[in-house]
Amino acid sequence: MKGSKKQPAGFEFTVPGVDLGQLERLLSFMTQHGLEEFEYAHGDLRIRLKRAIAQPGAAPALALPAGSATMVQGVPAQPAPAAVAQSAPAPSQAPVAPKEEDHIIKSPIVGTFFAAPSPEAAPFVRVGDLVEAGQTVCIIEAMKLMNEIEADISGEVARVLVENGQPVEYGEPLFAMRPTGKKK
Amino acid sequence: MFRKILIANRGEIALRIIDACKELGIATVAVYSEADRNALHVRFADEAVCIGPPRSSESYLNIPQVISAAEITNVEAIHPGYGFLSENSNFAEVCEASHITFIGPSPELLRMMGEKDQARREMSAAGLPIVPGSQGIVPDEATAVSEAARIKYPVILKASAGGGGRGMRVVRSEVELAPAFATARNEAQQAFGVPDVYLEKFIERPRHIEFQVLGDKHGHVMHLGERECSIQRRHQKLIEESPSPAMDAKKRAELGGRVVAALEQVGYTSAGTVEFLMDEDGSIYFIEMNARIQVEHPVTEMVTGVDLVKSQIRLAAGEKLEEAVGAPVMRGHAIECRVNAEDPDTFVPSAGHITVFRTPGGPGIRVDTAAHADAVIPPYYDSLVAKLIAYGDTRAEAIARMRRALEMFVIEGIKTSIPLQRKIMLDPDFIEGRLDTHFLDRFATSRAG
Repeated sequence: MKGSKKQPAGFEFTVPGVDLGQLERLLSFMTQHGLEEFEYAHGDLRIRLKRAIAQPGAAPALALPAGSATMVQGVPAQPAPAAVAQSAPAPSQAPVAPKEEDHIIKSPIVGTFFAAPSPEAAPFVRVGDLVEAGQTVCIIEAMKLMNEIEADISGEVARVLVENGQPVEYGEPLFAMRPTGKKK
Repeated sequence: MFRKILIANRGEIALRIIDACKELGIATVAVYSEADRNALHVRFADEAVCIGPPRSSESYLNIPQVISAAEITNVEAIHPGYGFLSENSNFAEVCEASHITFIGPSPELLRMMGEKDQARREMSAAGLPIVPGSQGIVPDEATAVSEAARIKYPVILKASAGGGGRGMRVVRSEVELAPAFATARNEAQQAFGVPDVYLEKFIERPRHIEFQVLGDKHGHVMHLGERECSIQRRHQKLIEESPSPAMDAKKRAELGGRVVAALEQVGYTSAGTVEFLMDEDGSIYFIEMNARIQVEHPVTEMVTGVDLVKSQIRLAAGEKLEEAVGAPVMRGHAIECRVNAEDPDTFVPSAGHITVFRTPGGPGIRVDTAAHADAVIPPYYDSLVAKLIAYGDTRAEAIARMRRALEMFVIEGIKTSIPLQRKIMLDPDFIEGRLDTHFLDRFATSRAG
C-alpha cells in the first residue's frame, strides 16, 4: 500500500546517507518478495520505488527515465511531494514473478489484517502449515466486521506477507502458498 | 480544520480536490480501482488505497470498501467529488455513523433533492417558481388528460425517479397522451424500478440557467451568480459559461435572492447548484438541485475569484460563510469546454492510449485535467479528459481566448470533442449568445445538410 510507511522487518538503512548501493539492496528486496511498490519516509526524506511490471493496457508511471533513481531530501514538513524512483529490472536480472510454485492469497477487501481470531489466540495458520481450500487463514476487519478469509487453494503456507494489525488494501498479497491440490 | 481527507473519486476532480487540500495544508488519501493504479490522483495524494477491480460498482461505488479505506487511514472527512457517491444519501449516512464528516449536505437534504418530484414541491413551497405541472405523480390516464388540459399543451411526461432522458415523452395533443403515458411508465419502470411519472409544461426552446450556491452550518446561504449550460446533447453539458448572456444584474439579484431564501428555509449546507429552465420570454422555472460540486464549477471560480472546493471544505469544517468566502464580486466572463474522449461527430466514446498531450496556456487560460502523454483513458468511467476554461474581461475576449486555446490544444491517440468545440466557437448564434438546449441538434443538422 502506498503511504504505508512501515519499514520491512530485517531491513534498515541509515538516514540521511542513502546511496545507490542501498537502493540496489532495496530493489533486490522488492524483487525477492514480489513487491511492486515500496515507499519509505523518515523525517524529511521520502523515497518511493516502483518496479515497471509488464501489465497490458496499463500506463507506465509518469515520464521518468526507467532505471534511474531519484530522491528528494530536505523537503519541508508534510505534505511533501513523493520522490519517485522508478526502476525497470535489467534484462539479465531474475524474473519479476514470485517463485513459480507459489500461489498468492490476496485480500478481497480493504481493512485490517488479523492473523488470529483474538489477541490471545494462536494464529489461524503458520508458515509450514498445510491448509485445505476453504479453511480460514486470517481475518480482515472492515467497518467493525470481522471477515474470515478462506484459502482459495489447498497447500502449504510458504510465507506470511503481512503483519498482524497491518492495514491492507484490495488485492494486497497476504500469503504465499505452495499448492498441493486443485483450486476450489 | 481537518487534518486528513479521503477523496472518493478519480480523474480531474480528484486532482482538483488534492489542489484545494494542499493549499489548506490538509493531508490526502486517494482511493483507486485496479484500472487506475497509475493515475495521477494516486501519485499526488499523500496516501492511496486500492479499493477494488475496475468496475465502479465494485470500487468507486462500493461503500464498505471506501469506508474501510477511510478507517484504515484514519481520515476525518470524505470529499465525494461529483458523480459516484456524491449524492448518495445512504453513503452520507454511513459516513455520519462512522464519525467521518461527509463533505456535502445532510443525508436528509440529499434524499430530498434526489427525489425530483419532492424537490420540486419543497422548492415551490420555499418560493421558487416551478414549471407549471401536475400536483405530484399522475396515477392514471384520466388524471393525465385533465391535468394536461389544465397545464395546456405541449406537455412533457417525466419519470419521478428519473434523469438522462429515460421515461420522458413530449406530448403535443390529447390524442398522443394515452400511448405516451403508457410508454413513459414502462420506460420508468425498466430504468428506475418505479413506474411513477409526472406532467410538466413543455418549453420548446429553453435555456439552461443554474445558480451556484454555498451554505454554511450556521443557517446562511449565498449565491455566486449563474452559469448558462445550454450547449448540451442528451442532457450532457458540453460548453458552459458565466455570466449568462440572457441575464442582467437586476434579474440576477432578484432570482439569486429567491434562491438564497429558499435554501435557507430548507437548511442547505455546502456547495450546490440550483438548475432552472428559462423560456423564450425570460420566465424562469426551477427544475432540480444538484447537491454537490459540479463539473462546470471553474467558470464561477474565474468570475468570482472564489475557490469553491476550498470553500466547501472550510464550510464542512464548520466555518461561517463570511470567514470562508467573504463578499465576492462578479467580474469578467468565463467559458468552459468539456473535452471528452469521443468522436466529435458521432459522440461514440474513444477510450485508449494518449500519445501526445499538449495543453494550451497564456493569459486567461486554465486547464483542469488528470490526463497526460502516455496516459490511458480506461473504458470503465466517464469520457471527460480535460476541462478547458477561458477567462476574459468581456464575453468576446473569452471566446477569442477559447478559440486560440482550442487551436493549440493537441491530443493524439484518442478522438476528442475539440474539433466540434472549435466550430461552435465560430458559430454566429453562439457568438451572439443566441442559445437554447437544442442548439447542438440544429448545429449537427446544419453541418450534415
